[in-house]
Amino acid sequence: MQTHQYDVVIVGAGGAGMRAALESSTRVRTAVISKLYPTRSHTGAAQGGMCAALANVEEDNWEWHTFDTVKGGDYLVDQDAAEVMAKEAIDAVLDLEKMGLPFNRTPEGRIDQRRFGGHTRNHGEAAVRRSCYAADRTGHMILQTLYQQCVKNEVEFFNEFYVLDLLVDHDLAAGHVPDGEEVNVSGVVAYELATGEIHVFQAKSVVLATGGAGKIFKTTSNAHTLTGDGMALAYRRGIPLEDMEFFQFHPTGLAGLGILLSEAARGEGGILRNSEGERFMERYAPTIKDLAPRDIVARSMANEVREGRGAGPNKDYVLLDLTHLEPAHIDAKLPDITEFARTYLGIEPYTEPVPVYPTAHYAMGGIPTNIEGEVLRNSTDVIRGLYAAGEVACVSVHGSNRLGTNSLLDINVFGKRSGISAAQYASTASFVELPEDPAATVVAGLEEIRTRPDGERVADIRKALQETMDANAQVFRTRESLTAALDDVKALQKRFRAVSVQDKSRMFNTDLLEAVELGFLLDIAETVVVGALNRDESRGGHFREDFPDRDDANYMRHTMAYRRPLPAEGHRQWGTDQDGDHEGPFAHTTVFDGYQLVLGSKPVTMTRYQPMERKY
Amino acid sequence: MTAVAEAPAKVGEVPSFEVTLKVLRYLPDESGSPTVAHWDEFRVQAHGTDRVLDALHQVKWQQDGSLTFRRSCAHGVCGSDAMRINGRNRLACKTLLKDLDISKPITVEPIKGLPVIKDLVVDMEPFFASYREIMPFLITTGNEPTKERLQSATQRERFDDTTKCILCAACTSSCPVFWTDGQYFGPAAIVNAHRFIFDSRDEGGAQRLEILNDKEGVWRCRTTFNCTEACPRGIEVTKAIQEVKRAMITRAF
Repeated sequence: MQTHQYDVVIVGAGGAGMRAALESSTRVRTAVISKLYPTRSHTGAAQGGMCAALANVEEDNWEWHTFDTVKGGDYLVDQDAAEVMAKEAIDAVLDLEKMGLPFNRTPEGRIDQRRFGGHTRNHGEAAVRRSCYAADRTGHMILQTLYQQCVKNEVEFFNEFYVLDLLVDHDLAAGHVPDGEEVNVSGVVAYELATGEIHVFQAKSVVLATGGAGKIFKTTSNAHTLTGDGMALAYRRGIPLEDMEFFQFHPTGLAGLGILLSEAARGEGGILRNSEGERFMERYAPTIKDLAPRDIVARSMANEVREGRGAGPNKDYVLLDLTHLEPAHIDAKLPDITEFARTYLGIEPYTEPVPVYPTAHYAMGGIPTNIEGEVLRNSTDVIRGLYAAGEVACVSVHGSNRLGTNSLLDINVFGKRSGISAAQYASTASFVELPEDPAATVVAGLEEIRTRPDGERVADIRKALQETMDANAQVFRTRESLTAALDDVKALQKRFRAVSVQDKSRMFNTDLLEAVELGFLLDIAETVVVGALNRDESRGGHFREDFPDRDDANYMRHTMAYRRPLPAEGHRQWGTDQDGDHEGPFAHTTVFDGYQLVLGSKPVTMTRYQPMERKY
Repeated sequence: MTAVAEAPAKVGEVPSFEVTLKVLRYLPDESGSPTVAHWDEFRVQAHGTDRVLDALHQVKWQQDGSLTFRRSCAHGVCGSDAMRINGRNRLACKTLLKDLDISKPITVEPIKGLPVIKDLVVDMEPFFASYREIMPFLITTGNEPTKERLQSATQRERFDDTTKCILCAACTSSCPVFWTDGQYFGPAAIVNAHRFIFDSRDEGGAQRLEILNDKEGVWRCRTTFNCTEACPRGIEVTKAIQEVKRAMITRAF
C-alpha cells in the first residue's frame, strides 16, 4: 500500500475534473485520479454545443438563457444556480476559445452559434441561436483543449486508478453526527489497475467529478465506464443523493444501439417523422416543434410508437429525416453523427431517414452541492473539504430535465468554481487525520470477490438490472412498473453478494473492476427507483402514467435519498433531525438488506420565476 | 414504407451468424519472470450490427472473464480500443463483424510497438510522452483580447482535419519506422503538432518545428501511408506530416 498527500485530490478527468484541475493546480498541490486516460472521458462524446448568450449572430441575453433553463427543468431548477450558470457561460466560452478551442466561425470570424432544443428568444417566442459549437464534436474539442491545458500546466495525473472509498471523519451511513460537530473529508482510497496495488490519498479537499451512471439502463448513449462511481461512493457514506429519479432519455439514439445522434441534427433543420411520414412534433409542441426539450420529444416519440405509428418492421422506432438538407451542409455541420449512421446501421443520411429511439443519456440528479461546489449532507450543512461538479453533482441547474448544451456548460462553470473553492479551502485548512487502516474494508471486499471460487457472474446480474430498468423505469413509469423494478433490484443485490470473477490475477484485472462497478450501479438503481416510486406526479424527465400531471402543491421540492442504518434499540428516529425535511409526501423509508433508504426533501430556490404551465 | 425481406428469419429479426475469434493472449507473471504470448480461439454468436468489441465482450462476459482489453465509449470517439484486427489497426468498436471475412477466424492482437501489459492492453505512456513533447497547446504572446480571437472560416478550415485526433495510437502503432525505432515521435504526435502549427491564432509554430526537426522527428517518415489507412477518424495523416515537412523547409505556415 502506498500513501500520498495532496492539498486537493480531484476524482475524475473529464471536463469537470480537468476544468477544476486547471484552477486548483495553479494554487495548491493537486492530483487528479482517473479510472481512464483523461482523453477517454465521456465529455468527448458530447456533440452539439455549449450555450452562452454571446449574441454573436442574433439578439440574446443571459436572462433569457436563465429562463429557458428554469422552464426546461420544469421549475425544479434552483434559480440562483441557473442564473450563475447563464451569466458565467459567456466567460466560460471565451475562456475555452482563449485556451485554443477551435469553434466554428461566423463570416466575421467570431464564434458561430446555432439553435438547440428549448433555447429561445424572449421567454419562448422562437428558437434562438445560442449554442457555440465545433461541428458535431464540441465535447471532443472541449476534452482535448482542457487536456492540452493540463499538459501545459503540468497537472499531475494518476491514470487508470479506481477510487473505491471516500474517507470522512463521520460515516453518516453508520450513525448520527454528534450535535455541534462538523463532518470533514480526509481523502480517498484508490486501486491501481495495472498492479492491483492500493493507494491512500490524504487530502484537505476532494473534488468528485466522476460523471454519470447511464449503465443502469440497457439502451444508453453512455460509455461502458459510466457506472455512477462517485455518486455511489458518497451515498455509501451517508451523503444524500438528490433528485435521482430524474434521468434524461435523449430522443435520438440510433435505434437498437443507443448511440447518440446530436440534437444539433434538429438544430440544423432535421425533422422527426413517424411511419406515415408525418412531422408529429407539430402536434406535441406547436411553436418550436422538433426543438422542444428532450423530455417532451422523447415522450412524444415513445407515444407515436405505442400508438402504432412507429417505423420499421417491428414499428419500434421513428425516423430522423435529414434528406432535405444539402449534403455539403451535413458534411460541414454534422459529419460525425452521419458517419455513425453509415457505420453502425448502414444508412446513408443524405438519402435515407435514420431510425432513432430514446436512449438513456443524463442523470439530472446527483450529489447535492451549493453554487460554490460544496457538497451538502442535508438541506443546509456542508461536508468540509468535499466538492462535486458535473454530472455527478446536482447543483441543481437542470431540475427535472436538462436542456441540450447545458451539460458542457455545467462542467465548465461549476468545474471551475469547484476547483477554486477546493483550492481556497485547502490553502487554509489542515489535513484531517486518516482513520486507522483506511483501506481495510475496501481491500477485504475486493479480496472476497477476487478469491470467491465460483458464484454469480457479473454480466448476468448487470444484464438483468439493465433490462428491468429499461422495462420498468424508462420514459413511461407507473407504481406497478416501479415496484417490479424495486423488487428486481433487491433480488439482484442479493445475488451480487455471491458474485465471483474468473480473473484471479492482480495485474490489470478488469473483470474484478467490472464487479466493483456493478456494485455501484445497483446502489444507484436503488435511489432512482425509490425516488421515482415516491414522486406521484409527472415532471420533466420523470413521467408517471398513473399521475400524468405536475403537482406543485406536493412535489415542488428536491428529493433527497439518505442511506441510514436500520433502526436499532435506543436509536433516535431518523427523519426528524439533521437529515433535512421529511414531511408530507417525502416521509418515506425503504428497507434494504442491512440498511434503509430514508427519503427527505429540500426546497427549490426560486428567485425570478414562478412556476407556470410548461408549453412549447 | 419498409420492404420486408424474403428471408427465413422472422420479420424484423436481425440475421445472426457464428464467428471465431483468434486472440493473442499474454498474461504477465506476477513474480516478474518472463511469459510467452499464445493464441486462444473463441466461438461467438453474432448479430448483424455487432462489432468486434461486442464479440470480445461476449467472450469476456460469458466464456472467459480474464480476457483483458480497454474500452469505454464503444462508438469510436474515446480512442480506448485500438487493436490489430486481421492484421490491420482499427478500433474494435468501429469494426463491424459482418464487414470482415467471417469464414476464417478473425485475428485480434494488441497494437504493435508499445510494451504489452496484458492480452490486448499496451503501455500507452511512451505514446503520450511523445504527444506531450510537441507542446500540444495553444501558444500566444501579448495581451489576451477581452472577447474571442477572430479567425476566419477559411483559417479555421486549414487545420480542421487534425483536430479530429482521438489519440488512439492506431496510426503511430501502424508505422514501420515506429516499430523499429521507439524513439521516433510517430504520426500522432506530428498530427497534433500540425493542429497548432496551422492554427492562425498560434505563435509557437517555430518552436514545434524545431522539435520536429530532430533526428527522431518528421524526417524519419518514409511515407508508407500506413497511418492514413489506420486512422479511424479518417484524418489524412501522411498528408499532415508532409505539410509539416514542407513548413519546415519553407517556414510558411
